[in-house]
Amino acid sequence: MSLSKIKFDKKIVLSFWIILIALIIAAPTLLPVFRLNLLGRYLSLSIVALGVDLIWGYTGLLSLGQGIFFALGGYCAAMYLQITSASEFPNNIPEFFALYGVEKLPFFWEPFRSPVFTFLAIWIIPALVAGLIGFLVFRNRIKGVYFSILTQASLLVFFNFFNGQQKLINGTNGLKTDVTQLFGQMVGSESMQRIFFWITAILVIAAWFFAKWVVKGRFGNILIGIRDDEPRVRFTGYNPVIFKTIIFSIAGGLAGISGALYTVQSGIVSPQFMTVPFSIEMVIWVAVGGRGTLLGAILGAVFINYAKSLVSEALPASWMFIQGGLFILVVTALPEGVLGWIQGDGPRNLLQRFGLKRKIETYPSLEVNNKEGNNE
Amino acid sequence: MELLLDSLFNGVAIGSVLLVAALGLAIVFGLMGVINLAHGELMMLGAYTTYVTQLIFKLPILKPFYNSYIIVSIFLAFIVSGVVGILLEKTIIRKLYGSPLETLLATWGVSLILQQFVRSVPLAYGTGLVISLLIGLFLPTTFPSKIKESINFKYFKFSSWIFAALTGVLTGSLISSSVSKLSRASARNVDVTAPSWMRGQVEIIGTAFPKTRLMIIVITLISVIAITLFLNQSAWGMRIRAVTQNRQMSDCLGISTEKVDIITFGIGSGLAGVAGVAVSLLGSVGPNVGGNYIVGCFMVVVLGGVGNLLGTVLASFGIGIMTDLIGAGRLLSIWPDMPLPLSNTINFFATTSMARVMIFALIVIFLQFKPTGLFPQKGRMVEN
Repeated sequence: MSLSKIKFDKKIVLSFWIILIALIIAAPTLLPVFRLNLLGRYLSLSIVALGVDLIWGYTGLLSLGQGIFFALGGYCAAMYLQITSASEFPNNIPEFFALYGVEKLPFFWEPFRSPVFTFLAIWIIPALVAGLIGFLVFRNRIKGVYFSILTQASLLVFFNFFNGQQKLINGTNGLKTDVTQLFGQMVGSESMQRIFFWITAILVIAAWFFAKWVVKGRFGNILIGIRDDEPRVRFTGYNPVIFKTIIFSIAGGLAGISGALYTVQSGIVSPQFMTVPFSIEMVIWVAVGGRGTLLGAILGAVFINYAKSLVSEALPASWMFIQGGLFILVVTALPEGVLGWIQGDGPRNLLQRFGLKRKIETYPSLEVNNKEGNNE
Repeated sequence: MELLLDSLFNGVAIGSVLLVAALGLAIVFGLMGVINLAHGELMMLGAYTTYVTQLIFKLPILKPFYNSYIIVSIFLAFIVSGVVGILLEKTIIRKLYGSPLETLLATWGVSLILQQFVRSVPLAYGTGLVISLLIGLFLPTTFPSKIKESINFKYFKFSSWIFAALTGVLTGSLISSSVSKLSRASARNVDVTAPSWMRGQVEIIGTAFPKTRLMIIVITLISVIAITLFLNQSAWGMRIRAVTQNRQMSDCLGISTEKVDIITFGIGSGLAGVAGVAVSLLGSVGPNVGGNYIVGCFMVVVLGGVGNLLGTVLASFGIGIMTDLIGAGRLLSIWPDMPLPLSNTINFFATTSMARVMIFALIVIFLQFKPTGLFPQKGRMVEN
């Protein structure tokens, strides 16, 4: 990570932050409502991308099931909103229950009457589920492709479960949050959406710092150790299962927060959040941005989604080709992602190719770059 | 008894679709440690091949042979999916050897492209493209060795690709002008109608079995036998087994692992095509048809373990029979007066989607005891 080692001038850092904060505050006035809403959604997606980066970029676990935790967070938030604004419906429960003849709120939704509980549940429940799945899988030293396949299968299981249970969670239709009330205001209203945008922007920054803190120090070193040579970590006396479980549940918690923010901004949570393509897309945001670079995950999520919406508006059919090509290209030609390429040897190699920069004679380019060990 | 037989047959029918689809995946995974996420799309290509073959056999010249189109399409599907698979191996997967997770992502990209390709390119020209790929890839290998060894071989290769492209365009436009259904791109699902001799039912020991299901079981049986014979009796089969067991050692002993990889990937993809024919008999064919089966295939591979076909066979029939038992709530009809809480639980899981939930839970529990599947590979190479 050569870029992070370069000491930026304090003034530059300060002004960067001031500009960033000014942009966040001013965004609602600069952008039309529709674009602002999109930006807010994509920013919330970047939180789940941070989680993917933690488990894939740093720990080497390719999870294809982050959609589970994303949707769980979304369902928690949506159900709270539905319950609190259900006073005019029969039995004081959300409207859809009446369609299926349910008269009493299912017991596990009961705690969601409390805002504090919901606030905690949004990230604790996904984290616990992730921890459980992770523990069962890691305990048996299931790793690599097997792990990916199992996470994908569990994603499908959750999808089937949520899709099929009309009486508990409204099945395929999902839960709408647009017309619900929060603090006496409509969630779908413009002023509410503006607040959500600011909350999202703050949480993205907070999540970024949190992720930075996680990968810093010994804990982060062990994660990278697990990625690069797990048996050696084990032989050194660490138990990788614990670390993998912890990081997987952290990623799950981040996904939950992200899902909740995305839900309130898109106005609905449905089992569609748990489809296979969506969870794999999360991985490609990180891959394009640069895995192992936290900023890359954020930028990747925002830019790819923005590109997706722009391209699909103009040429609906071509996005699948572009996305598929992006998968192949990034994996074969740019394995470190865009930011990883910029931070690594990429620009120098490019300049060297045109003879603009002196070739480095030493191997492995000691004086210029202290790159950490290559992952195989 | 009759009920049990019925349930068993249904389970075997579900399992045999899974088996023929998972067979290719398991072989490739065993050999290269690569999970091919585009496997479902290769199945989809096989299913579309069946559709195209059916329409072409409706042409006046081929009309007399219409009833045999399904047999022809099995071979064609094998070739089409196999060729696409070989191209995939040659262009992408070979570059990613040793990084299975990256392969996973790249093959997902391929699957997206294939899905959209079927949506936005007319099937006639798709057929033309496949034909030109076939010629371009295989024509050079048929040249006499005198040409192959000459310095000018690349020019011969180049000209054979040009020839291939021309043939492809020609066939494409020929098909598109003669079969109007294939000349337009459409994202709509298409239907394959089974030939008359495959419609209806057969009665065995008092129970009626649909003929298409029997046909699928037969296709699966033949595929399994053929692949077992190939792996155990032929020279290339022996090489494949050797590379599966120990790649470096086989390389040292002079086995061309590169060729083994291509052949295995081609055969694995070809089997996906055959599975596509089976799938096309079950329902309508669309760009997403592979996605419905692919996770089941992964489960079979995870459950069955690597490098042993018996594991794959047992796992797919196991999953098939369990799916039917749980999903159709058959346990209740076999044992009608079971205690109430138990029957409530069974009723809760008695839908196709909830059966999947249950089966996955069972697989996870199973993996707690045998993390590497039914028949794990033994030896020192296994750990990494």
